[in-house]
Amino acid sequence: MSRRFTPKVVTGNALIEGDAVWLTADDRWSTDIAEAELIEDEAEADLRLLFAQGQADRVVGAYLAEARRGRDGPEPVHFREAFRTRGPSNYAHGKQSELSANG
Amino acid sequence: MYTYSEFDDRFVRERVAQFRGQVARRLDGSLTEDEFKPLRLMNGLYLQLHAYMLRVAIPYGTLNPDQMRQLAWIAERWDKGYGHFTTRQNIQFNWPKLADVPDILDALADVEMHAIQTSGNTIRNVTADHFAGAAADEIADPRPVAELLRQWSTDHPEFQFLPRKFKIAITGSPNDRAVTRAHDIGLRMVTRDGEAGFEVIVGGGLGRTPMIGKVIREFLPRADLLPYVEAIVSVWNLLGRRDNKYKARIKITVHEHGIDEIRRLVEERFAEIRPGFAGVDQAVLAELEAAFAPPALRSAPQAAYDAAYRTDPLFRSWADTNLAPHKSPDHAIVTISLKAHGATPGDASADQMRVLADLAETYGHSELRISHEQNVILPHVHRADLPAVHAALKAAGLATANIGLASDIIACPGMDYCALATARSIPIAQEIATRIDALKIEHEVGHLKIKISGCINACGHHHVGHIGILGLDRAGVENYQITLGGDHTETAAVGERAGPGFPAEEIVPAIERIIFAYLDLRDRDDETFLDAYRRLGPAPFKAALYPAEKERADAA
Repeated sequence: MSRRFTPKVVTGNALIEGDAVWLTADDRWSTDIAEAELIEDEAEADLRLLFAQGQADRVVGAYLAEARRGRDGPEPVHFREAFRTRGPSNYAHGKQSELSANG
Repeated sequence: MYTYSEFDDRFVRERVAQFRGQVARRLDGSLTEDEFKPLRLMNGLYLQLHAYMLRVAIPYGTLNPDQMRQLAWIAERWDKGYGHFTTRQNIQFNWPKLADVPDILDALADVEMHAIQTSGNTIRNVTADHFAGAAADEIADPRPVAELLRQWSTDHPEFQFLPRKFKIAITGSPNDRAVTRAHDIGLRMVTRDGEAGFEVIVGGGLGRTPMIGKVIREFLPRADLLPYVEAIVSVWNLLGRRDNKYKARIKITVHEHGIDEIRRLVEERFAEIRPGFAGVDQAVLAELEAAFAPPALRSAPQAAYDAAYRTDPLFRSWADTNLAPHKSPDHAIVTISLKAHGATPGDASADQMRVLADLAETYGHSELRISHEQNVILPHVHRADLPAVHAALKAAGLATANIGLASDIIACPGMDYCALATARSIPIAQEIATRIDALKIEHEVGHLKIKISGCINACGHHHVGHIGILGLDRAGVENYQITLGGDHTETAAVGERAGPGFPAEEIVPAIERIIFAYLDLRDRDDETFLDAYRRLGPAPFKAALYPAEKERADAA
């Protein structure tokens, strides 16, 4: 029996900056997972991943990561993916610093 | 210290120019990521969780002040104002942007540094005793040999596509501070009939299959070193398992074929290639020995030291903990802790790097060392200068008196940075150190090595920690396994797993229970944790670690 498909987002790292980015429904790469397209169909996920892997001039190492529907948009499921949305825990560097600077 | 020859300089500059072209071709689309990745890795550039990471080689852990200042400048100009010193005596920058990396490499070349062979299936940066050239117990400075190995291994055409990475460590002292028994090749200087040579150890390593290295040659004359090492790498290059990266390291080759068979093959290969080494290597080595000539140490009264030691308890505590015996009795080896309680192990800010550079220049014959324990060393300081050094360190937040103690923790970057990690290590190290400081017990506890890795690859050397901690992902939650009784010295041992792991919020209390159990169990104040563990075995420590299980057993 095949496992039930769980929702995914397409993610990778930006080619020049190296930071974590997520694919949006309108084919942009966002640094905010909440803007990502939450994909609930397996065939669609495969197609979106293929599309992402074709964007080698912008993104490195695209893959499908588990996500769930949150209040403001997709949220990470695994702690590794959660860290990628924030940055390291020893300094306020990475996305968490950008968020606090903007907010 | 060694200064680049014209050849070295041209080679490094050419490599930077090549990489500049490769980055440009990656950015304009002429190279795919699959094509580019091995090229960037050859230049020490990784892509991690939040950014690229550049790993810069610090050969055998030796730096001069200008190099340290340049690292500070790079940290400020292209990174976030700090650098991370690693367990392989390298420095890592955690936030460079791809387009800036060629400029960073040029800035490194300006001070005779590079990031070549800090990654990939090559012979990596040769590590050495961080007290080299200064330690009272040393037979000879191992760095001329380390530099000879660096020159030989850099861009060696036979060894650019090895089955896997290959690491060599070297020590000139019988007391092993370079973890030689956990390297692919470990070289430990020994004497026989008054002649200095090497005990050659092969097939050690940590990672998912930890192995203590085996002695392949009890005594190797110095003149045979290069051909013998070449013979080892050459035998492994043919035998090594390229079919399975988890079985590719030489430790597995030695394990599968047996040390006797490997020895036979190596000796055979050695006999074949030895005549080809017609003495050029020895001529080069003689030049290198001159380059590493010991500094002209001054003779002066040490009244300033005695006075500070008598009157200043902070200085006394630091001197008792952070100084090691120098060859010259009126000098000391100063270890500067990058482990302030609660800080990230191994991190130094650009300002701190400049303070370290200035101190080395003013008081330390312009020498700095990085240890695999992620601290910085001033190897040659006159005792009279120690109070001034301590005062300057205090002002820079660098005077923590904890070398060799429970808060002097080795930790890999873990899942705060590393793409391979399965859990975080840095916050665990920070919390343990903070707790130990709050308890004010580490000086009473004494010599204790806690080492933390955030995955099975064991960059944090957890297998050889007296207390080792391994972070894993257990069903989507960070979980920490404890090993006990590891040892990284000449009496090397792999720690034994204590039992089931702990969630992040329970690991600090668990470590605290082991430490208090040890204080209860030791039979005298100077019996170290490791000695007590060896005397008593794991049982009483496990009982402290898992009290609920003990209660259940008692009730049954």
